Amino acid sequence: MLSRFASDYGMLLVLLLLCALCSWVTWAEQHPTGAAAGEGLAADVVERFGSSARVIVVARASQEDAAFADALRAGLASSGVTVLATVKGDPADARRALQQGAQKGDRLDVIACNQATAEWAVFDDLEGEFPQLGQPVVVMPRSYWWPNFLKPDNLLNVANQIVVIAILAIGMTMVIITAGIDLSVGSLIALSACVLALLIRDVAGAENAGTTGMVLACLGGMAVCGLVGAFSGVMVAVFAIPPFIATLAMMLVASGLAFILAEGQSIYQLPAQFIWLGRGTDLLGIPNAVLLMAVLYIVAHVVMTQTALGRYIYAVGGNPEAARLSGVPVRRVLVFVYTICGVLAGLGGVVTASQLKSGLPTYGLMYELYVIAAVVVGGTSLSGGEGKILGTLIGAFIIAVIQNGMNLTGVESYTQKVVLGMVILGAVLLDMLKKRGGGLFRRGRSAG
Amino acid sequence: MVKPGFRLGYTPCMIGPQSTYDRSAGIPLLVMAGMDKSFPGVRALREVDLTLQAGEVLALVGENGAGKSTLIKVLSGAHLPDAGTIRIDGQAVVIANPIDAQRAGVAVIYQEFNLVPSLSARENIFLGQERTRAGFVRHRDEHRRAAALFGRVGVQIDPDAPCRSLTVAQQQVVEIAKALSLDARIIVMDEPSATLTGQEVTRLFAIIRELRDQGIGVVYISHRLEEVFEIADRVMVMRDGEHIATRPVGDVTRDDLIEMMVGRKLENEFPTRRAAVGEPRLVVRNLSRGDKVRGVSFSVRAGEVVALTGLVGAGRTETARLVFGADRPDGGSIELDGKPLRIRNPRDAIRRGICLLTEDRKAQGLVLGLSARENFALPNLPQLSRAGFVKRREERAGFARYVDALRIKIPHAEQLTRNLSGGNQQKVVLAKWLASNSEVVIFDEPTRGIDVGAKYEIYLLINELAEQGKAILMISSELPEVLGMSDRILVMHEGRITGEIPDGAEATQEQIMTLAVG
Repeated sequence: MLSRFASDYGMLLVLLLLCALCSWVTWAEQHPTGAAAGEGLAADVVERFGSSARVIVVARASQEDAAFADALRAGLASSGVTVLATVKGDPADARRALQQGAQKGDRLDVIACNQATAEWAVFDDLEGEFPQLGQPVVVMPRSYWWPNFLKPDNLLNVANQIVVIAILAIGMTMVIITAGIDLSVGSLIALSACVLALLIRDVAGAENAGTTGMVLACLGGMAVCGLVGAFSGVMVAVFAIPPFIATLAMMLVASGLAFILAEGQSIYQLPAQFIWLGRGTDLLGIPNAVLLMAVLYIVAHVVMTQTALGRYIYAVGGNPEAARLSGVPVRRVLVFVYTICGVLAGLGGVVTASQLKSGLPTYGLMYELYVIAAVVVGGTSLSGGEGKILGTLIGAFIIAVIQNGMNLTGVESYTQKVVLGMVILGAVLLDMLKKRGGGLFRRGRSAG
Repeated sequence: MVKPGFRLGYTPCMIGPQSTYDRSAGIPLLVMAGMDKSFPGVRALREVDLTLQAGEVLALVGENGAGKSTLIKVLSGAHLPDAGTIRIDGQAVVIANPIDAQRAGVAVIYQEFNLVPSLSARENIFLGQERTRAGFVRHRDEHRRAAALFGRVGVQIDPDAPCRSLTVAQQQVVEIAKALSLDARIIVMDEPSATLTGQEVTRLFAIIRELRDQGIGVVYISHRLEEVFEIADRVMVMRDGEHIATRPVGDVTRDDLIEMMVGRKLENEFPTRRAAVGEPRLVVRNLSRGDKVRGVSFSVRAGEVVALTGLVGAGRTETARLVFGADRPDGGSIELDGKPLRIRNPRDAIRRGICLLTEDRKAQGLVLGLSARENFALPNLPQLSRAGFVKRREERAGFARYVDALRIKIPHAEQLTRNLSGGNQQKVVLAKWLASNSEVVIFDEPTRGIDVGAKYEIYLLINELAEQGKAILMISSELPEVLGMSDRILVMHEGRITGEIPDGAEATQEQIMTLAVG
């Protein structure tokens, strides 16, 4: 049923359009660097100048340039080209290499550079300064046109930026589907980060903490947040306190607790390996946190679509009384979704602490609003009963892509906020238009 | 025990006092000619004619889906007809939207009132047409006018009382007053008696007669044929979008009406049941809850259909909710098949084999935002899942079986229940409970708002369940249904069982009414 898919995941189209827009505005000339560029240039040189050419390789001292230079030299050498010298430094080094060559009286055919080194002033007047070398040509890897947005590094960066918000958004989606809301998630990030940092510093051995210690500390942080979530859930399910109020209260409590635990300061005595989750990239260069996010979304999607629990969540949101009279354990379901939301916020705190290698009570400030925005933009209705987990993922990416696009085009951060707000409004309006079949205005109850 | 099918027409239908309005002027108040309206896939109105005289009550009857609502929506401006003309007082009018209808003097009062509960009666009456001077509301003027309108229909209501403090019947009067304040000359009432007690219905009829005698034309839509005979001057029958006939009520019998509505002779309104009645399965002792249920005890045997009847507010639904675990009793005990039960919530009850089909299917029976299939599966998920995962194929197969068995009309299983007709919604509710294979089935007003044809199908189902040895408790306010379907009748009044009639076949309406009023 294509129409059902389109209405459920219509925001996918918006996301693709935004990606297209970002690609268009960041369309730029790309100058390749690194090993691949070196290999390419080597092949190029051999093709243009033959294998009897005599070459000097010029690169800067950085790691990436070194890779470029090494690959270039290897490529050239394997084709029989004579590499007279390999410069990895600054223009003065290049000048020395040229002078040496000139003194020896060698003929020089090619000066192989990358885009940066080709600009050096030392190559401006080769004929005048080094006439003995012949007429060497300065070559560099061919440039091509490609959007900065679509560079693999940038795309991974987009995913990485949104990881914490996306993880929190899973729990928030479930809560919103039950016609509730959880304003405490931002504070829970801080609480979790502070709890786990405290545990690592004071119990597990600070910078010398082992993996078990770190893992247990993280679980401890998540458990504390789960308890807070469960408490909110009980307030909502048993005492019928409006979710807005219950979670608002917990937001303040959790934030206060975080500050108390951290004594208002940063807890930074964490081992170096702790950044594995937040900054590590083990598989194909994909950040570990992004992989975690992907796995969580798959699990959540399966739970919401294939399990009885998922059905119960939708039923409780759609009509809690009818659900109860159909045997759905409404209270249990409500407590569950708020607990899960807390646990996932705790996990978000773990990722944040891992990214920044410290626990601060100021983490996660205002995050709940972005999380709610992601959920709503993804198509979930605040009145409950409907919404898709994968839709939330799309919503989170829409926010991330917009921010990334604005960063790449140099929009200043205050303006970014304005734009983000307007885009969120526009995305939801678009979604409602689609759902109402083209009717823009709120249809008053007709006489029917 | 063999339960013979009930013959129709056992109760002569009383015809009420006739109109005193002078209709000698001749020009009909309202003439709708050749109304045609189609929706995607269905032709809802097929050149329908309707004539309404001033000072007359015209009853509009027909099965669900006959086209009554569509016709009224065309009149009230909610739908644009594809063809047809409307004349009021002989003048052709175009009604393209509700404002046009209002200007033409048409007012429709629906079952779900258009009142704001927190505002007072007079504020609701003058909503949108407040009487102001320089922007300030003239409260005393509104108060006076509201009181005058209430006086016109002969009812005393405090104009400043907030609507949510008024009874359903009083709210209905507010709606009528609102219609009168807009100088409505044609008032359409859609199932007005559905939520009223017997006394309130009597008062409503008095109001309608008052309006009629003042020259207003009333269109009265109802499924209760006895009411038609009591209040209407003429009755118009629709079927499948067509106007079948319009007759003065003196010229037709109930049988005739049913035959015209259904299109065939209904031999028996209630099907024959051959169920062997066995041992008591559900035994309830001294159930109490506050004021509403006071020491109720009864039993239901296997294969038996026990009717629980009484006036609205007698405590029948409250009792059923206690048995089902929807509310907690203050005292008393429940036994199923000899074993005492501790039921703390509906989930417990369902697990033990008791199910309740609620009175209000939209608010309590279905999650309207979910599909028919999902609603069907909801109470049955424990059986339909393994390790928490739903067995999709079994679910779909099960649902398809019931769609066939109950003849549920849906285009596909994913159809949202919100978009189904009332009768089909009720069938989805039935399907989901039948699939739960409960041993005790409690029906609360199972055929409310359902047309004659579909009612018969539901009675057949109830019989089938009884023949399978299940214990059936049927709450009903429709005395013909109670007399026609039950083996035993329990009558409640103000929280207590005032009487038990052991043989449903021999009972009379008078007996029941006597017990029902305490």
